[in-house]
Amino acid sequence: METVFTPWASLGGGVLIGLAATLLMLFLGRIMGATGILAGLLVPSSGSEFAWRAAVLLGMVSSPLALLAITGEVPTVQVPVSTPMLIGGGLLVGIGVTFSSGCTSGHGVCGMARLSTRSIAATLTFMIATFATVYVVRHVIGA
Amino acid sequence: MRLIFSYLIGLVFGTGIALSGMANPAKVLNFFDIAGNWDPSLIFVMGGALVTTFIGYRLVFGRAAPVLADTFQVPVNRTIDARLLGGSVVFGVGWGIAGFCPGGALPALGTGRWEVYAFTAAVIAGIFIAKFLQTQGGARRVTA
Repeated sequence: METVFTPWASLGGGVLIGLAATLLMLFLGRIMGATGILAGLLVPSSGSEFAWRAAVLLGMVSSPLALLAITGEVPTVQVPVSTPMLIGGGLLVGIGVTFSSGCTSGHGVCGMARLSTRSIAATLTFMIATFATVYVVRHVIGA
Repeated sequence: MRLIFSYLIGLVFGTGIALSGMANPAKVLNFFDIAGNWDPSLIFVMGGALVTTFIGYRLVFGRAAPVLADTFQVPVNRTIDARLLGGSVVFGVGWGIAGFCPGGALPALGTGRWEVYAFTAAVIAGIFIAKFLQTQGGARRVTA
């Protein structure tokens, strides 16, 4: 499935992601990590820890509607993989991010921006693993 | 007040994710497919997010404390161990198979597409499996 190269939209989106990470640190003193937000909701340590994460999640989930209101279009979601791959991949993502304590947002953006060697090691590792997996899936197995 | 700010910050994050293409698995997978229909857009997402956060954090950490909290809660763990790297490999393999990462999928829930809900449900199951494995490992270490 071909996709269109969108340097400006992607750069603008990236700046907004960085802005959100900065604002969460400025106001709540927290790392903007999707894994931390989700895991903290599933097993909350206290009511207030649950509440701010629920509010962030609610904000995230309402963003496609906000974009619809502004641009008149719902963001494109094209799923080029089978349902078993979606489920199997999801299971691995959930297991992996729990052991590594972070994903693309937590380690890849926030951790790297703090120049954390732990986050840099994690990001390099999962990026290489993802490149290798996509190569094997698309060009070796041919799924 | 904390909740209003949290909601708005989630909204900014999700809008960034949706605008950038991170919520679109076809685009994400094409970034990782250099040998195929390569779409380099994600370099711009990562670049924009990293530079903004790098500058933003430097400004924020000039303060003594956050605006609506007592302290900055920044990870202090510096260990690069098998748990970190193994977890990262498993995450990368899963991301390469499904095309969604957690930060891409959570805002995409708002599109109402069933695929996003199926993926997110699987991620939640994975988190509970990992937490179970971790308590089992911890229990074994205690009894050993």
